[in-house]
Amino acid sequence: MKRLSRTLPAATLVVGLGLLSACGGSSGGGTAASDASTVKGPIKIWLSNNTEELGWGKAMVASWNAAHPKEKITAQEIPAGKSSEEVIGAAITAGNAPCLIFNTAPAAVPQFQKQGGLVPLENFKGAVDYLKARSGATLDQYKSADGKHYQIPWKSNPVMIFYNKDIMKKAGVDPANPPLATYDEFLATSRKIVKSGAAPAAIYPAPTSEFFQSWFDFYPLYAAESGGKQLVEDGKATFDDPAGQSVAKFWSTLYAEKLAPNEKYNGDSFADSKAAMSIVGPWAVAVYKGKVNWGVAPVPTSTGKSADQISTFSDAKNVAIYSSCKAQGTAWAVTKFATSKEQDGKLLEATGQMPLRTDLPTAYPDYFAKNPDYKLFAAQAARTVEVPNVSSSIEIWQAFRDEWTKSVIFAKAPVDASMTAAAKKIDELAAQS
Amino acid sequence: MSSITTTPGTGRATNPAPSSRKRRRSRVTAVIGRHPIGMLFVAPYVLFLVTIFAYPLVLAVWISFHDYFFTAPGISVPRPFVGLDNYKTALTDPAVLQSFRNVGVFLVINVPLTVVLALVLAVALNRAVHARTFLRVSFYVPYVTASVAVVAVWLFLFSGDGLVNNLLGPLAPNPSWLVNAKLAMPSIAIFVAWKQLGFFILLYLAALQNVPKELYEAASVDGANAWRSFWSVTVPGVKSATTLVVILAIITGANLFTEPYLLTNGGGPDGASTSPVLLIYQKGIQQQNPDVAAAIGVILVLGVMVISLVNKYVLERD
Repeated sequence: MKRLSRTLPAATLVVGLGLLSACGGSSGGGTAASDASTVKGPIKIWLSNNTEELGWGKAMVASWNAAHPKEKITAQEIPAGKSSEEVIGAAITAGNAPCLIFNTAPAAVPQFQKQGGLVPLENFKGAVDYLKARSGATLDQYKSADGKHYQIPWKSNPVMIFYNKDIMKKAGVDPANPPLATYDEFLATSRKIVKSGAAPAAIYPAPTSEFFQSWFDFYPLYAAESGGKQLVEDGKATFDDPAGQSVAKFWSTLYAEKLAPNEKYNGDSFADSKAAMSIVGPWAVAVYKGKVNWGVAPVPTSTGKSADQISTFSDAKNVAIYSSCKAQGTAWAVTKFATSKEQDGKLLEATGQMPLRTDLPTAYPDYFAKNPDYKLFAAQAARTVEVPNVSSSIEIWQAFRDEWTKSVIFAKAPVDASMTAAAKKIDELAAQS
Repeated sequence: MSSITTTPGTGRATNPAPSSRKRRRSRVTAVIGRHPIGMLFVAPYVLFLVTIFAYPLVLAVWISFHDYFFTAPGISVPRPFVGLDNYKTALTDPAVLQSFRNVGVFLVINVPLTVVLALVLAVALNRAVHARTFLRVSFYVPYVTASVAVVAVWLFLFSGDGLVNNLLGPLAPNPSWLVNAKLAMPSIAIFVAWKQLGFFILLYLAALQNVPKELYEAASVDGANAWRSFWSVTVPGVKSATTLVVILAIITGANLFTEPYLLTNGGGPDGASTSPVLLIYQKGIQQQNPDVAAAIGVILVLGVMVISLVNKYVLERD
């Protein structure tokens, strides 16, 4: 009783304070007026911590600042965190997100939008026309459910199959033209590689549970097999169909026959010659130059479609304008500057990543003449598939990944039943959003 | 001589006929104590507790009963009361249930292992052995080393083509330790026991200093051998430390995150090592469902409290 008389007031105070604060958290004022879209002034931007991108970003900022002394940009790398998306989400909640982030993942955009963290580009006069002129029909993939655009398609990394020519040769496979077009050819080549001991694994995508890992095993092949379908279309999962099932069975064969290991490799399996192939974007050209004698091929399909018929995952990163930005007029002007033909050319030059422009191969003929390795990626960039723009995007990808690891990677459930179960769960999640 | 007496510790007057002024004063004293300056001294820590522990805990409970997601400042969205919906969502999610089962497996292995190893090693280190300081530091180093660094070493040891499997040869498990649904969680339990051991050894070493030497001498006179002396003198002598070790080990286990995140790459294989905190991270931060994540958190807190109280009752009863 004695103890209670002391504890009770303190506990009541603590709980009361907490509840007051908790209830207070739900209130708030209205959104910022659209007038902000014309305000000019200094802005902050965040850049990816990729060395080449950072180099481009700093040069772009210096160029802008030299011409706009009253609207200076302060640039910094995205603060360290478990992932960029978590850092950005926290910054939106805290109200200290910068004006622009040149590394906004399309999968996270619906969440940022739901948080009220993004500015619709329709607020800026002529913005949508500008984006249509730059990116063409690709822009449709980035339209949100409310019909507005909250991201500027910036650059893609269309994924393809990189292969190690030396390992192919060692395995008795033609290194100039390894048979990888159909699933049967791909499997036969993989078996040769592993059986010959040329490499411990034919291909080694991360067999782990993170939601985004399916972008680098299932999704590129599904985009190719289905003729460019997204995971979710019109609020329904698309992949519980012959195309999705055949991709899943192809991968389950690779895992079942130990052509693809089900334990994560702690390092770069392709660079370390632990795997003969890898699913990568054009960034890999610079990374593996001088380290691996590589070749590149489109992702396989069941029937061996020709390269110009194959779609793949875009692995794009975009630009977005964040609602905490005071000088949104400047932010939009900087966006246009940073995605201009000149700056896109500099980005391509510095990083090898493909600006999301309709005229990519023709806009920079000198670059592609000088760097023929990138030509295939540039051609592939015209046929990329983005992640679906739905508000439960990450939950949807996690639901897919959970079923994928259970059935395809660890064979704990029949593949077809798991794909059906994933589709059912995703339909429910899409309906909720 | 006045007949007023004061009950020690309460400051409450027990005069059979106290004046209303004295009664009022005694009430004030009951709240702020006999030495109000003490309140001033503890205020910073109370403020710290309220800000860092009480407020988030109460907010988490509030969130768990509402339809809640994080928004930018100034954004007004409805956050309706949803009763137990978030708890229902959490408790009907097979992944959540599996994560609690996984933690159960972890605790069953980790807690006894921690208690036994820490006590035995503390007793050994308490004796005058050669290189005692070196050994004490050696056991303590993993505890103070960043998990990320230590996990890298364990990955090197326990991966499919790691050192342990190479030593075991044909006896190596297939699938290997960290991708084996039956071995992933036990591997994590052993890893955590090893990593935390230094801290728990220190607790036991401190407790061992309080066991009277006379008891060992008496046991020796009675003809007790080393085992009997350990079982009948040491173990009861460090009972309160054991309670603390058990409760801290349970709390550590319930908060498991880094190991399933890094060692088994996000709770693999196929969720066999997913912990509730990893799911809270996935649902609350990655998937922006903080309401369901908060419900899982509240369930976890309640579970830990119940298990800890049961342990305290079982271990401390005479």
